[in-house]
Amino acid sequence: MRGPALDEDLAAGVRDVSPLMLGIVPFALVAGIAAVDAGLGLAEAVGMSVIVFAGASQLAALELLGENAPLAVVVGTAVVINLRMLMYSASIAPHFAEYGRRLRAGLAYLLTDQAYALSVAEFDENSDRSRWRYYLGAAASLWIVWQVGTVAGVVLGAGVPDAWGLTFAVPLVFLALLVPAMKDRPTTVAGVAGGAVAVVAAGLPYELGLLVGALSGIAAGLIVEVTGS
Amino acid sequence: MTGALGSVVASPRAWVAIVAIGALTYGIRLSFIHLFGRIDGVPTRVQRPLRYVPPAVLAALVLPKLVTLGPSVPATLLDERLVAGLVAGAVAWRTEDVFATIATGMGVLWLFRFVVFA
Repeated sequence: MRGPALDEDLAAGVRDVSPLMLGIVPFALVAGIAAVDAGLGLAEAVGMSVIVFAGASQLAALELLGENAPLAVVVGTAVVINLRMLMYSASIAPHFAEYGRRLRAGLAYLLTDQAYALSVAEFDENSDRSRWRYYLGAAASLWIVWQVGTVAGVVLGAGVPDAWGLTFAVPLVFLALLVPAMKDRPTTVAGVAGGAVAVVAAGLPYELGLLVGALSGIAAGLIVEVTGS
Repeated sequence: MTGALGSVVASPRAWVAIVAIGALTYGIRLSFIHLFGRIDGVPTRVQRPLRYVPPAVLAALVLPKLVTLGPSVPATLLDERLVAGLVAGAVAWRTEDVFATIATGMGVLWLFRFVVFA
């Protein structure tokens, strides 16, 4: 028996996103573990996962909070990390243009790297899809797994001895995302320069090393792109 | 059971950061979805630097966790975290799999901590 078209589009989004959960589950667990490590409780950890809902920026913010960095540095660093979503917002906007203001406001909240990449690929390939339902199927699945994973990570992080070095999983998650992000010469230079400057700048006051490293890497990538060498 | 789950200590600093980051991030997400029709796309001058945000930020997050500048070159390079990171990086490059990368990196770290230096 086939359900109505509404459920088919939603189900297609859920189905297509499910292989990505293998990468999301450990990432979410690490977000919970990092929250414990930064001295946060369950309420703050879940509050962050619900209100921010952007993994890389959450991990960076947790690290800086744990090191007692000034709030402006914590917020500024997290926002720079999330600036990439401007591109996703612009790229997916034409697909949502026909919808009302409130629906678009809700869809925007769920925008993530994975939901964006899956949906735009599907919209280009299959124009019969209900766009918002397909997107909702994928994005809401990611949201649910992210919240459950965060809670599990808090429980795990509170129960495992420090000697196991579980927080080392944080840079490992970033490493798994970094390698495919360095896909050509300018992006590779941006990564190498960003990392090297961050290591040298690690001793800067106010925990500014991460922000300075990131901005240096962006500048280095642009310079290579412009000079073409 | 005490610890994180039992913690009820108010942490206004963390909440201020969470709400500020959440609000600004939502603004970024909503930006063009909200404005579409009035603004057609990201201006090229904005688009170009954004391309380098992911590699630059991710590398700046990773490398200081693997390398700490020591008093000498051998002291800097002979670090269990750097070795674990290099092996995990090779796995990330071959598999592009988050789970395999974490499992390898943690495995190498534990090998050093609990076997080699035990």
